[in-house]
Amino acid sequence: MNEIITLGVDIGSTASKCVLMKNGNEIIGEEVVFIGAGTEGPMTAFNNVCKKANINKDDIVFIVATGYGRNTFETADDQISELSCHAKGGTFLFPNVKTIIDIGGQDAKVLKVDPNGKMTSFLMNDKCAAGTGRFLEVMARVLNIPLENFTEMALASTKKIEISSTCTVFAETEVISYLAKAVKREDILAAVHRSIASRVGNLARRAGVEEDCILTGGVAHDKGIVQALEEYLGIKIQTSKYCQVNGAIGAALYGYQIYFKEKGL
Amino acid sequence: MELDFLQFRDAVLYPKRRLEAYVALGKKVIGCFPPYVPESLIYASGMVPFGMWGAELEVAQAKKYFPAYICGIMQTNIELAMRGVYDGISAAIIPTLCDSLKCATQNWKYAVPDIEMITVNYPQNRQSKGAFEFLYHQFQKIQEDLERISGNKIKESNLKKSIDIYNTHYSVMREFLDLCSFYPAEISPENRNYVIKSGYFMDKNEHTEMVRNLIKDIKHIEPKRFRGIRVITTGIIADSPDLMRIFEENKVSVVMDDIAHESRQFRTDIPYEPGDIMGCLVQQFLDLFACSTLIGGKISREDHIVQLVEKYHADGVIIILTKFCDPEEYDYPVIKKKLEEHHIPMLTLEIDKQMSNYGQAATAIQSFQEMIRL
Repeated sequence: MNEIITLGVDIGSTASKCVLMKNGNEIIGEEVVFIGAGTEGPMTAFNNVCKKANINKDDIVFIVATGYGRNTFETADDQISELSCHAKGGTFLFPNVKTIIDIGGQDAKVLKVDPNGKMTSFLMNDKCAAGTGRFLEVMARVLNIPLENFTEMALASTKKIEISSTCTVFAETEVISYLAKAVKREDILAAVHRSIASRVGNLARRAGVEEDCILTGGVAHDKGIVQALEEYLGIKIQTSKYCQVNGAIGAALYGYQIYFKEKGL
Repeated sequence: MELDFLQFRDAVLYPKRRLEAYVALGKKVIGCFPPYVPESLIYASGMVPFGMWGAELEVAQAKKYFPAYICGIMQTNIELAMRGVYDGISAAIIPTLCDSLKCATQNWKYAVPDIEMITVNYPQNRQSKGAFEFLYHQFQKIQEDLERISGNKIKESNLKKSIDIYNTHYSVMREFLDLCSFYPAEISPENRNYVIKSGYFMDKNEHTEMVRNLIKDIKHIEPKRFRGIRVITTGIIADSPDLMRIFEENKVSVVMDDIAHESRQFRTDIPYEPGDIMGCLVQQFLDLFACSTLIGGKISREDHIVQLVEKYHADGVIIILTKFCDPEEYDYPVIKKKLEEHHIPMLTLEIDKQMSNYGQAATAIQSFQEMIRL
C-alpha cells in the first residue's frame, strides 16, 4: 500500500501549527507560525511544512483543521474541535495519559481521557485571559523580558512574592507596583508562573486531575510553568518537544481515521 | 411538508408590537418577572400577562442600580423598562424567589417610577403548614391590586375559566415538548425555543391554538433519521438564538429540558376543586418541583434530570448556567455529582444576557458532541 499522508492544521489565537503524518503513526513534518486565526498564518504554515518535508500538496489525502480558526481554513476536508484533537494527540505522544492540560493563547482546558484515548470529560476556563498564554505575553511586555528567556529567569528567583491569579489587568498593575518597588524581575516572573499554575491547577482539580498528566500548548515549553504546576498540584507533569503541535498531531490522526472510514476500509 | 415556525418566531422577535397591539385594543397588560407569577389570576381579571425574561443587550442605564456581578435577566429587564420598551404595561409583578429579585423590587421603584410594581412573596418552606395560608393571603392581596388596576372584579367563574385555559395550555405545551423528542431532525433547538417563548407574549388561547395546529402538522410527517446527539438542557433560561443555532450546527437536539423558562412552567397543572379556587392557585405553587428557586418538592431536581435522561433516551445533559445566578450555582455541584454517579456525559455552559460572542461555547458544544459521537 502507498504511504498515506495526512495533515493536521491547528489554527489558534496566536499561532498556526501544521503537522504532516505518514500512515497515521509517524510525524514527518511540523511547522509553527506565530500568527493565528484570521491571518495568512495557517496557509504559510501549510506551505512551509510541505516544503520542509518535501511533500507535494496533492499527495496529502486528508486535511483536518482544528483550533479557534478551524472553520476558516477552506482547504481542509473536515474540522474537529481542538479538545478532541488534543485528546487524540496526547494519547499518541503518551499512551498512558489520563489528564491533558492545554494552555493555549487565549484559553486553558483540562481533558480526561480513557485508556483508549477517548475524551471522557473536559473543562475550559472562563473568558478571562488569566491563566493563558496571553497572560504570559502581557507580563513579558510589562517586564520587558523575551518569552524565550522566561524559564531561565524564573528559575533564578530567590524570594517568593505573590501575584493575583484572578484577573490579568489586576495582575499587570501588581507587577508594575512591584517593579516600582525595585523587586527583582526574576522574583516577579516566578510569581507570574505561580499565578498561572494556581489558576490552571484549580481548573485541573475541578476536572479531577490524575497521573499520567501532560501539559500541552506553546506554554509547555516554559519549564518555569511546568515546575510551578507540579508544585501546585503535587504530581509529575510530563511534556514533549511536540507540546505546541499536539492539537495538529491529533488533527492529522483524525484525518487518517476519517479517510479510511470514508473509503469504507 | 415543511413545518412553519414563522408566527412563533415573529412573536419572539417583535414582542413590542404585540404589547402595542394589546394597548391599542384597550387591553391592559401586566408584566411578569421570572420565574413564577400567578398568571391565571391576571388572565381572570381581563388583563394580559406579558413575560419579562430580559433580552440580549448591553446594560447601560440600569448599571447605576446594580453591582457588576448580578443576574442579567433582572438587569436587562430594568434596562428595557428604563429605555421605555415596556411603556404601555399597567404594572409589573416581581416574585421574590431569589436575592437578586428581592433587590429588583426596590430598584424598580426608583428606576421605573411610572410603572407600578407588585411583589409576590412566596413561602420559602413550602412544606410548612403556614405556607398555604401565607401564600393565600399574598394572592388575595395581588387579586385586590389586579382588580384595582383592571377595574374588574375577579369572579369565581372567571378564575375557573382562566384555570381551564392555563391547564389546557400546559397540556398542549407538554405534548409539543414530548413530540420534540421524536422529531430531532425536524424541530431545531431554535424553533423549539420560539414555540415556547412566543407563549409569553401572546394570549394563551391564541398560543394554544397555534401550538395545536403545529402539533397536527408535525404528526403528519415521518421523522427522518437523526445523526446527532440528544440532550437534556437544564437551567434558568436558554433562549439565545445564536446559542441555539450552535446547537443545531453541531447536530445537538434538545429532546427535553429542565429549564425554568421552558418546561418548568408547564409541568404542574392547577388542581381544580370547586369551592376554593384561590386555594387551587396556591396549591399549584406548592406542587411545583425540581426547580433551583424552590425548596423541596415531590422529586429533587437532580433525580428529575436523571429520569428525563432515561425517559427521553438522551445522550447527555447540557447545564446552561446563568451567570451570577446563586440558586443555580448552589444546585450545580449536586447535579454534577449525580450525573457522574450515573455516568451521564455533561457539559456546563455559563451564559449571560450580555454575551456578544459564543466562540468558546461553540468549541465546547462541538467537543461535547464529538466526545459522545466519535
